[in-house]
Amino acid sequence: MSTEEPRAVDPATPRPRDVATAVPVDPATAVLERFASVTAHVTDNRQPYLLVPAALIVDVTRFVRDHVDIRADALMSLSGLDLLKWPGAKKGEFPFSDLVMTYHLFSYRHARRLTLKVQVPRTAASVPTVTAIWPVAGQFEREIFDLYGVDFPGHPDLRRIMMPDDWVGHPLRKDYAYPTGYGGVVLKRDGQHFDDGPYADPALPKPAKPAAGGAA
Amino acid sequence: MTLEAVTTSGDLMRLSMGPQHPSTHGVLRLIVDTDGEVVSRVQPDLGFLHRSIEKIGECVDWVQFVPYTDRVDYVCAMNSNHAYCTAVEALFGTDPACAVKVPLRGEYIRVLVAELNRISSHLVAVGAMSMDLGAYTPFLHGIAQRETVNDIFEKTCGARLTYNYVTVGGVTHDLYVGAEDDIARFCTELEREMLRFNRLITTNTIFRDRCAGVGTISAEEAIGWGLVGPSLRGSGVAFDVRKAEPYGVYDRLTFDVPVGDNFAGSRGAKGDSYDRFVVRVLEILESIRILRQCLKDMPKPGPQDKPADPDTGWQAEVKKVILRPPKGEIYHRVENPRGETGYHLVSDGTKIPYRIKIRTGSFTGVGIFEHLMRGIMIADIVTIIGSLDIVVPEIDR
Amino acid sequence: MKDPTQQEQVHFAAVEDFLNWGKENSLFYLLFATACCGIEMMQTGGPRYDVDRLGMIPRATPRQADLMIVAGTITHKMASRVRLLYEQMTEPRWVISMGSCANAGGPFSKYSYSVLNGIDKHVPVDIYVPGCPPRPEALIDGCNELRKKVRKYRTLGIRDRSPVTIETTVAESRCLGGEQTAVAESRSRGVAESTTGQPSTEATS
Repeated sequence: MSTEEPRAVDPATPRPRDVATAVPVDPATAVLERFASVTAHVTDNRQPYLLVPAALIVDVTRFVRDHVDIRADALMSLSGLDLLKWPGAKKGEFPFSDLVMTYHLFSYRHARRLTLKVQVPRTAASVPTVTAIWPVAGQFEREIFDLYGVDFPGHPDLRRIMMPDDWVGHPLRKDYAYPTGYGGVVLKRDGQHFDDGPYADPALPKPAKPAAGGAA
Repeated sequence: MTLEAVTTSGDLMRLSMGPQHPSTHGVLRLIVDTDGEVVSRVQPDLGFLHRSIEKIGECVDWVQFVPYTDRVDYVCAMNSNHAYCTAVEALFGTDPACAVKVPLRGEYIRVLVAELNRISSHLVAVGAMSMDLGAYTPFLHGIAQRETVNDIFEKTCGARLTYNYVTVGGVTHDLYVGAEDDIARFCTELEREMLRFNRLITTNTIFRDRCAGVGTISAEEAIGWGLVGPSLRGSGVAFDVRKAEPYGVYDRLTFDVPVGDNFAGSRGAKGDSYDRFVVRVLEILESIRILRQCLKDMPKPGPQDKPADPDTGWQAEVKKVILRPPKGEIYHRVENPRGETGYHLVSDGTKIPYRIKIRTGSFTGVGIFEHLMRGIMIADIVTIIGSLDIVVPEIDR
Repeated sequence: MKDPTQQEQVHFAAVEDFLNWGKENSLFYLLFATACCGIEMMQTGGPRYDVDRLGMIPRATPRQADLMIVAGTITHKMASRVRLLYEQMTEPRWVISMGSCANAGGPFSKYSYSVLNGIDKHVPVDIYVPGCPPRPEALIDGCNELRKKVRKYRTLGIRDRSPVTIETTVAESRCLGGEQTAVAESRSRGVAESTTGQPSTEATS
């Protein structure tokens, strides 16, 4: 990036919220009219979202970014979720063992939010990348690939971001088994056991009292 | 020297800048391809401080997670606490039957400590950026002022750095007797100190020319690459979560939002490193303004604030409701010194969260490195990292 | 009659003591701040707590440092780098483990999959300073304990590698309103000799 060329002043600086931003079209309605297989849902605590099939996510996101009344120009957050231990999942809309990506979008122009969700099965988790729509998605998708194991075909540089490259497993999944060692170091030190909590190892004997000793 | 000259002539070296490096603001590793002077590519290597805080969030109670939010961004720990607690309260707020009501004095105290911590965080940010560019003295001035803030916090909650003070439903203790006078005195001293600071570094020609035009980010790029907070405002986007989606008592307070506007003059551009630096300095002054308003408007502790007794006071009331938030999810964001910090909370109705996702400003700030740092000098890498105010615990969580 | 204004001008001491006196008053520490304890380490080097008066100056490279203060959480990804930094330091070298995370994993020791439960499995630690984060006074107390260790350093001979844990009792902790004593009491404890299980790189001849 050359520092000699002057940058043009951006004429489209968003205005703060106190200026009226009433738009005639509701973003969710516009998306539902345009894409037949997108469905509108509400969470248990009445937060609306649109459920998008994985194959359509690129088209839907391009639509919401470019539509003049929606202008979702920012991807606020892209988070993963593992539904393996969700209570009552059989009664809900998601199959029991899916992973869910949640796209929280925001429009600086119109100061309004939009939430999209994509569900994928955990054994063949693959969602097309939206890096072409918002470049920031590259970072978020790498993190989800690392911690949930979702593949993003088309991503320019999909590799682990938080864990070392030779780490095995995807840690944020609900069925992740904590490793017993890494780099020659055993991960339960000096006889301590994780004898309670959701990730207890049932094979280890429970000590009578917490193991003392070792350093501070 | 242009980018083409680097790639065709000479040998390219691959250097590892970090993870232990005096100027990378923590354990950030950058893999720099350079010919010795001009950089052709920078790849960040993250994860050296990945402490699996999001996984821990699925193992502890909702309220037990508050100390971990301190560690997410320890430079502004009060703001981090505040972000999580307001998100949990917003989750409760989706069901009117179990909404958590924070006392008004509690809200004012939250804003007080949040703005104090914004000041101390920005002092670290601008001080560290100056130190990385070779000016050691402004950093020490900032650290000295930060000590006063630490004293106030220590007398309030007992800790100097990781406070665990803002909690779901309010704050854990009321302010100590004399806190308002201490804060007022700190505001006056800091204003005098900022004049000296600005004379020392902000208006310093060498510093300004070093930062001018370096790492220029336009408004569309900043929005597309997910920059938030002072980094976004330095590029001219006038967006502040405190104004756009007010929380707490920010809607009753009057303050301006500084926006970058090519402060460097002829050698700079809108959205360069100097703009981001000056936006932070101006935000310190705005925070002083907010502090003064809070001190004036804050209600005195009265009969409406029940004593903070865990058995009979307001803490007991909160304990009755905070055990089980309604089933569902929410995305709530607040304005931290490093930009918006968003919490995507998913609750399954039990007292242990189902998923806590923390979206931080530094994570997306690092995402722009590879795009931004091409064809620049090695010394400019340090300028850009400092101006984007990257702290590694926020990236890695 | 002896003139009272004449002070003793001549000291008799071992060369070793003289060298150790020089070493203990000029411990250059490696700027190695990982997490929250790093901020407290910076504040300790700041104007109020000022370790510079003890002769401790931060150095950016391990090759010029005598002391490595491991301040902050160490993850598995970082552990091999800590070992590398330790090996790049020239002898004599010491390690202070600052904070709960470097001592034993800290608040992340139970449920985290990526945090090392203490760096004493990778580098031999001389002083453990507990706290989350420890106050600057506690870190300075740890440095003073290290100076006592440096006084016992022998260039030729058996070196004392037993680590020392700093304890600050609640009564003396200023922030909790306890009695104002000038110096936090510290007790040294003969903790296990070498907890690393890795061969010590220093020749104990």
